Amino acid sequence: MNLDKTEPTAVPAAIELIGVSKSFGPVKANSDIHLRVAKGAIHGIVGENGAGKSTLMSILYGFYQADSGEIRVNGQPVRIRDSQEAIRLGIGMVHQHFMLVENFTVLENVLLGAEGGALLGKGKAEARAKLAELAREHGLEVDPDALISDLPVGAQQRVEILKALTRGAEILILDEPTGVLTPDEADQLFEVLRQLRAEGKTVLIITHKLREIMAITDAVSVMRQGRMVGTVRTAETSPEQLAEMMVGRRVLLKVEKGPANPGPAALTVENLTLRDGAGVERLKNVSLTVRRGEIVGIAGVAGNGQSELLEAIAGLRRPTSGRILLDGTPIPHDPRALREMRLAHIPEDRHKMGLVLKFETRENSILGYHLDHRYGGALFDRAAIEAECQSQMEAYDVRPPNSRLKTANFSGGNQQKIVLAREFERGPHALLIGQPTRGVDIGAIEFIHRRIIEMRDAGKAILLVSVELDEIRSLSDRVLVMFDGRIVGERSPEADERELGLLMAGVTGAGERGAA
Amino acid sequence: MSQPAARLPLWVDFGLIPLLNLVAAFAVAGLVVALIGENPLDVARIILYGAFGYGEGVGFTLFYATNFIFTGLAVAVAFHAGLFNIGGEGQAYIGGLGVALVALGLDPYLPWWLLAPLAVIGAALFGALWAWIPAVLQAKRGSHIVITTIMFNFIAASLMAWLLVDVLNPGAGSMSPGTRFFDAEAVPPRLSEILAPFGVDLGGSPANLALVAAVLAALGVWLLLWRTRLGYEIRALGHNSSAAAYAGVPIARVIIIAMLISGALAGMMALNPVLGDQGRLLLEFPGGAGFVGIAVALMGRSHPLGVIFAALLFGMLYQGGSELAFEKPSISRDMLILIQGLVILFSGALENLFRPALARIFAPRAA
Amino acid sequence: MIRSTLFAVAVSALAAGGASAAGFKPAIVYDLGGKFDKSFNESAFTGATKFKEDTSVDFRDFEIQNDSQREQALSRFARQGFSPIVSVGFSHEGAVSKVAPQFPDTQFVIVDSVVDLPNVRSIVFKEHEGSYLAGVAATLASQTKKVGFVGGMDIALIRKFACGYVQGVKATDPAAEVFQNMTGTTGAAWADPVRGGELAKSQMARGADVVYHAAGGTGEGVLQAVADAGKLGIGVDKNQNALHPGHVLTSMVKRVDTAVYDTFKEAQAGEWTPGLRVFGLAEDGVALAVDENNQALITEEIAAAIDAAREGIISGEIAVHDYMTDSACPVQ
Repeated sequence: MNLDKTEPTAVPAAIELIGVSKSFGPVKANSDIHLRVAKGAIHGIVGENGAGKSTLMSILYGFYQADSGEIRVNGQPVRIRDSQEAIRLGIGMVHQHFMLVENFTVLENVLLGAEGGALLGKGKAEARAKLAELAREHGLEVDPDALISDLPVGAQQRVEILKALTRGAEILILDEPTGVLTPDEADQLFEVLRQLRAEGKTVLIITHKLREIMAITDAVSVMRQGRMVGTVRTAETSPEQLAEMMVGRRVLLKVEKGPANPGPAALTVENLTLRDGAGVERLKNVSLTVRRGEIVGIAGVAGNGQSELLEAIAGLRRPTSGRILLDGTPIPHDPRALREMRLAHIPEDRHKMGLVLKFETRENSILGYHLDHRYGGALFDRAAIEAECQSQMEAYDVRPPNSRLKTANFSGGNQQKIVLAREFERGPHALLIGQPTRGVDIGAIEFIHRRIIEMRDAGKAILLVSVELDEIRSLSDRVLVMFDGRIVGERSPEADERELGLLMAGVTGAGERGAA
Repeated sequence: MSQPAARLPLWVDFGLIPLLNLVAAFAVAGLVVALIGENPLDVARIILYGAFGYGEGVGFTLFYATNFIFTGLAVAVAFHAGLFNIGGEGQAYIGGLGVALVALGLDPYLPWWLLAPLAVIGAALFGALWAWIPAVLQAKRGSHIVITTIMFNFIAASLMAWLLVDVLNPGAGSMSPGTRFFDAEAVPPRLSEILAPFGVDLGGSPANLALVAAVLAALGVWLLLWRTRLGYEIRALGHNSSAAAYAGVPIARVIIIAMLISGALAGMMALNPVLGDQGRLLLEFPGGAGFVGIAVALMGRSHPLGVIFAALLFGMLYQGGSELAFEKPSISRDMLILIQGLVILFSGALENLFRPALARIFAPRAA
Repeated sequence: MIRSTLFAVAVSALAAGGASAAGFKPAIVYDLGGKFDKSFNESAFTGATKFKEDTSVDFRDFEIQNDSQREQALSRFARQGFSPIVSVGFSHEGAVSKVAPQFPDTQFVIVDSVVDLPNVRSIVFKEHEGSYLAGVAATLASQTKKVGFVGGMDIALIRKFACGYVQGVKATDPAAEVFQNMTGTTGAAWADPVRGGELAKSQMARGADVVYHAAGGTGEGVLQAVADAGKLGIGVDKNQNALHPGHVLTSMVKRVDTAVYDTFKEAQAGEWTPGLRVFGLAEDGVALAVDENNQALITEEIAAAIDAAREGIISGEIAVHDYMTDSACPVQ
């Protein structure tokens, strides 16, 4: 299964890493990494969060210097001290979070960092010509004078790719490129990547989505805990095998669940409209119902109102109009009262909202329930809090089971378990769950999914929001699709992925191409 | 791509790093001292001797430390709520007004042991009041607390100048802007008087019972922050306001309460110089203690115990510094300010100077 | 160990400091402004320095940083055998009252305030008298009959300056206008030349063409702004005529330096006596400075008027009200 030794070495690889190591203090982020990326190939790198993928790419792009080991580009040993050096070597990078200036035009962004002199005129004209040429060659059409902030996400990503190409990139590194794209946009991206490959460019794509790896790459390297586990030909592997390589044990990718047994409506949203501080309508007349014993999934590309919907129901945002009923009673705008009404909320972003990372875990185990008299009167009853935390950590297999450790020091999966334990263990009637497995390792994903299904089977009403369409499809009993603050359709989770994808991009499905 | 946060053993975090910062500060200060032709070791000896070497020196060190414990705690409590209270100076100043009004109004009638508790309340109440307006503006209107508290320092200075020159000034007899002296019976005994029967000689130092109040306040702050629900909410708010909102913490209310506590602590600083030492309210009596409190809180990591130690350090610098000015006429007042500034710079602003190196040495070996 | 070493150091330092006549070791404690405040603290320093130059007897001094150090500094100097100990500034009043009884054999001196104790000499100045003369000169020199006053920190002492000045103006020309501004309410008001300049400019914009300042370092900005505008300023405390020759009408000098010098002299000669010393016009403790820098500005008319007023005050014909006596000024 390991190709490193069998690969013919007659043609120098586009990139070759030999024994590259990088430590941050005592933490070995990359340890003795060997990697060969063939010229003109699309090469995937997969691994869980913290496996060392991003560090490795940062070394290639000159953000970090390797502690030891050798990097070869096109067979030549190189030292990449900074990103300018990387660009000179023909390496371009498209970051997960775009590095674009929102209030600049496409052309200005492309020019940024390559102005070619104090006066912009000449450089600008050259860049415009170059942009037009590249757009023709690669099918990367964008209006050079459009403001970045006016472009859809897919088009912004194209600008990033164009930026790299205008600087002469022969090797393109993409970090989690589909995280913010609709399936349709992702397909378009893959089309572009295939075309680049056809022109002899080398593409290195980092992702944790096995489905995409299978769809686009020629070869895939798997990383685990800072080490390179192996490199395989995509055609000769399967998602199950890759998952096993990533986690180090056999993993169940499919969620096992029986049919739902829905009861009466528990959570009802009627004609909910919400304007944010800037007066923008984030929710437009949203209505939905979640019954006991079912999971209703909200599918959609990030930023289409799902977050606002969850937060409005959780009492964190005040709706402009409309009603939210819990067991037939209009809810108060008060998270504390809602907890007393047995509504639990797993926030989408555990770092930003679900946890106080600098708190000891036992302190986080009562966040939101800290006024409960179980935990003391004038002074906290520390024994009771400790017991609570211990029982939560045990029930959810949080590791290490150290209640005094700061929550920031737990892995993503364990942090999420801490949140889940806190919210699930208090016998809620209804659950709002946002991005339950974002940034969580595969082993923990399996655990978390099982717990969510258990809650459903125990008769809880669950509203699930996730940008991972796979997750929505495998957990939900009904799927609602949100686009631009509206619910644009309801489908069965078994519905065609393409159909769901079109809905996520707006009902017509023509939005993306038309806008660009 | 986030760099793993290096964790350090507690003794390194709270012991070694502050110590190294101090050593670095004194090393640089020593260079400056050497440049003007004095022997840095001599100077260090004089400072240490002046601060801890004899009774009166110790008394003065404790006296200054008392001020800084109060103002340091004030800044620390606000820090925990994520608020930067720059207004300790003004709150202390107005706290002094609270002390003075209680003392001026009641000193004919009450002995010191009845008056002092009322003065504590007066100080806390007035200090809290002065923090209240910026707090409300922050909580309800989003006006930045740094700006408003700074502005309130100026307003306090003007208000007090007016009061002390035109209103509370006893008039013809006294030239200096201040109130009359409080009745001697209303002023609590100094520590030197209390400890004299036990053979402790604090000389003519002004250290007084406010020190006890300061240590009690530190204990109270510790209990508040780590043992009560309110403290829990304050810290949750300070670390992560979204999480606090998520947890149902009434944010505006907690901001206001935290600032009221902060202002009350700053106001209580006035007990020390006004009631305990001068026995009257003088113009500009806080003398920058409110600002030193910021450095004290930074250096003490906003932990009450750390604040006490940092306050002692600054008390030492103040008293040892004046000893130095007596002994070495070539070292001017400005040189002392420079040394104090260096300590603040190294322990506050350059807090992370030695951290990365120590992280490499001490952090746990686990991957 | 350390303790004894330090005592040795201290003792040797003392020995060096008070080498001459036993029992005569002069010391000065300055006020919060510090010894280079360009005002009375510096004036005291100047007097002491002149004494040192004339007699080769060194003196020790201390700049306090906060109120609690007043007593500390005084009792420390007293314990170490210093005498006389001069406290510059009225803020030392409380500390001197407290410390002087503890050291009955030490000679204490307080400047700008009165402490009635058997071993304290109190030195006060009749700033209102000098300021009155400044008002007379300003009014006569003014074309517009509008004159200004810029004070430092808004305290009774500075109002005393202002009140005397206004009386001088009104006595010369009842119709003349006086604009008064205080720079601030904190100690920073003594060292804010920018604001001083701004205040002077605003007064000039309203028509003032002579501006008197009693604002320490802030006053430098006043004199600068006035000189830049081609108008006249009046200096204070020290002779500031030379700062902008031709643009400083005169300076109301307050001879803290002479007072300190004389005190040291008398103590050295064993002629020091406690009690109140008032330095007014009669004692040459306050005066208007005339030198080659402003001779041309002091016309005969002005000089005659100043002399007349001076004599009138000394003889008692003219009574200048002292703001400090009742915290009020009869004229505005």
